[in-house]
Amino acid sequence: MDSTLLVSIAGILSLAAPLIFAVIGETLTEKSGIINLSVNGTILLAAMSSFVVATSTNNLPLGFFIGGVIGMLVAMIVAFSSISLKQSQVAIGFVLTLLCRDLAYFLGNPFMGNPGIRVPHSPIPLLSEIPILGTIFFNQNILVYASYVLIFMAYLWIYKTRPGLILQGIGEKPIAAYVRGMDVNKLRYLYTAIGGFLVGLAGPMYSLSVKVGWKGSISGLDGLGWIVLAITIFGAWNPLRAALGVYLFVFLQWLGLVLQPYLADFPSQVLQVAPFPLMIMTLLLVNIGNMEWVEKILSASPELVRRGVKKIIRIVRSSPPASLGVPFEKE
Amino acid sequence: MIRQLLSSNWVSKILAILSAFLFTVLILLAIGAQPLEAYRNILAGSLGKWQKIGEVIRAWLPLVIVTSGLAVTFTAGLWNIGVEGQINMGAILTTFVIRELQEQAVSPSLVVFLAILAGVFGGMLWASLAALLKIYGGISEIFAGLGLNFVADAIILWLIFGPWKRPGIGSMSGTIPFGEQFRLPNLPGWPISIWTILLAVLIVVIVYIVLKGSYFGLRLKAIGRNIRAAFIKGVPTVRHMLMAFMICGLCAGLTGSLQVVSVHFRLVPSIASGYGFLGILVSMLVNYHVLWSLPVAFLFSTLNTGSIQLPMVMKLDASLTGVLQGSLVLFVLLLDGMSKKISRKVKEE
Repeated sequence: MDSTLLVSIAGILSLAAPLIFAVIGETLTEKSGIINLSVNGTILLAAMSSFVVATSTNNLPLGFFIGGVIGMLVAMIVAFSSISLKQSQVAIGFVLTLLCRDLAYFLGNPFMGNPGIRVPHSPIPLLSEIPILGTIFFNQNILVYASYVLIFMAYLWIYKTRPGLILQGIGEKPIAAYVRGMDVNKLRYLYTAIGGFLVGLAGPMYSLSVKVGWKGSISGLDGLGWIVLAITIFGAWNPLRAALGVYLFVFLQWLGLVLQPYLADFPSQVLQVAPFPLMIMTLLLVNIGNMEWVEKILSASPELVRRGVKKIIRIVRSSPPASLGVPFEKE
Repeated sequence: MIRQLLSSNWVSKILAILSAFLFTVLILLAIGAQPLEAYRNILAGSLGKWQKIGEVIRAWLPLVIVTSGLAVTFTAGLWNIGVEGQINMGAILTTFVIRELQEQAVSPSLVVFLAILAGVFGGMLWASLAALLKIYGGISEIFAGLGLNFVADAIILWLIFGPWKRPGIGSMSGTIPFGEQFRLPNLPGWPISIWTILLAVLIVVIVYIVLKGSYFGLRLKAIGRNIRAAFIKGVPTVRHMLMAFMICGLCAGLTGSLQVVSVHFRLVPSIASGYGFLGILVSMLVNYHVLWSLPVAFLFSTLNTGSIQLPMVMKLDASLTGVLQGSLVLFVLLLDGMSKKISRKVKEE
């Protein structure tokens, strides 16, 4: 196999790592029934803060810790406001996403363009020497390895452990979980905090690894948080499918970059926003099966068509946890 | 006693405003800036001179129009995040009409009139896309609107650097400015057109009456409270949601139009200049009341206009006003929630 192609595939995996953390984090939060809409601002604020902390103390782990803590703090505001105060989750998340973005730009202004430090490349001995697979998977930095582990840990946690079963319960039928003695709201706080920490880690993964540095509003990070929220839906709240969504998205982004020289007549501005119409299309694809009018048309169409379409719908369809965004009342 | 006081709506609002100012002071101190000087500069740059006050009003009127439109969608419980793109679409279609007709033998006032109509249509078109995606595609209007925002932004950039570029090479300064005759005339001595004022007043009055005194407004409110209950009671929810989006799109498109014919006189990148998101913050702050949004929008325009000079005078990023505005809404939401919680407890006892 061509070695540049292998390096490209490896590059896709490393570009995907921050998105994997954010999407898995948001998936855990939403699985418990809370929507944390602040992702976009959180990633920016965490990216800026951890860049400043890590470069001024020359301490990478501290930078990552700060990024995670910021994500967790913002998530706790969402949790407090929606669980304890019963305010709209959308409202609080939207305000926080704008506020955190402006905070990042304002506080990060003096540090713009400063030289940064980067997470070192660390091939895994032996494994990285396996032909093809070694170059793709094991010739990366520690964050990429962590992203593989996170995908499978989150999957096993949600679907193969008892606490994961409870997590599904509080997102689907909180009343049933409550009757069985679970403290629904406490668990929702917990998963919002954990999810927020993971979303926050995506910040330093950009500013200390994938796109080292802080360049204010031209850092190229604004908008990614919304993509994260869309991929969470595409992923049908399942870590494996969510990871697939991330890799697909990064692959398409990479494809756009590679094809750009061949599409000289095609304005570059159009390619840069391509992810967003794509996001709408995928959301349409996974949601349309839930719509009533589609059912109506299907029930009026011939048997063969109906069966075929239904099969496709069943594969791509994504339905949210039944109590997503609904506050839990004991009575 | 203290609990009763805290459960009052007014006390919680005042506490929220104080908290937001305190928060911003802390942020300023954290960065080593003089908070008082920053506030003084914002004030001097906005209300310090008559000329500055004119600029504040010029920023205030479009914000009022957008916020009125958002009051309609918010009343129906819809988050029209796509409002920013709807403003941009209004500006695009307005520019298109003027570009097409400026060389023709058509009276300039008719051209401007048609251009504004086209802008309004553009806003409604973009809003209806978000509405259709929500109603028939099952996509949350937040994602649909957000995606469409990015698309509208890209269309502007593409036009400026592509088909509509200035002779020679396209630049971020936008398309070629139109002739004097295609600009709305300003009031003598003010940077504001009488038409903008009239349109803003008209929109505010109409939206106020529709929301407060019509069956349509009542039905929108019912949908906003509980869409399923409204549907069961026989409210045609699909048509009403679509209408709400269209009205908001109309206001947004008009705003974009006015940005072209009375502020920039050409198409520039991100011509919506954040009016849409600012309008959403204002609406949230006043709980979607149209009349209350007037003073709050004025305050926000003052802050925005006043912060333009901050980077030059104090080497501070102008996003400071965003921090102040965002924290204001955040603290209002939090303290409102707390005061409701306390009043629930007081009632229980």
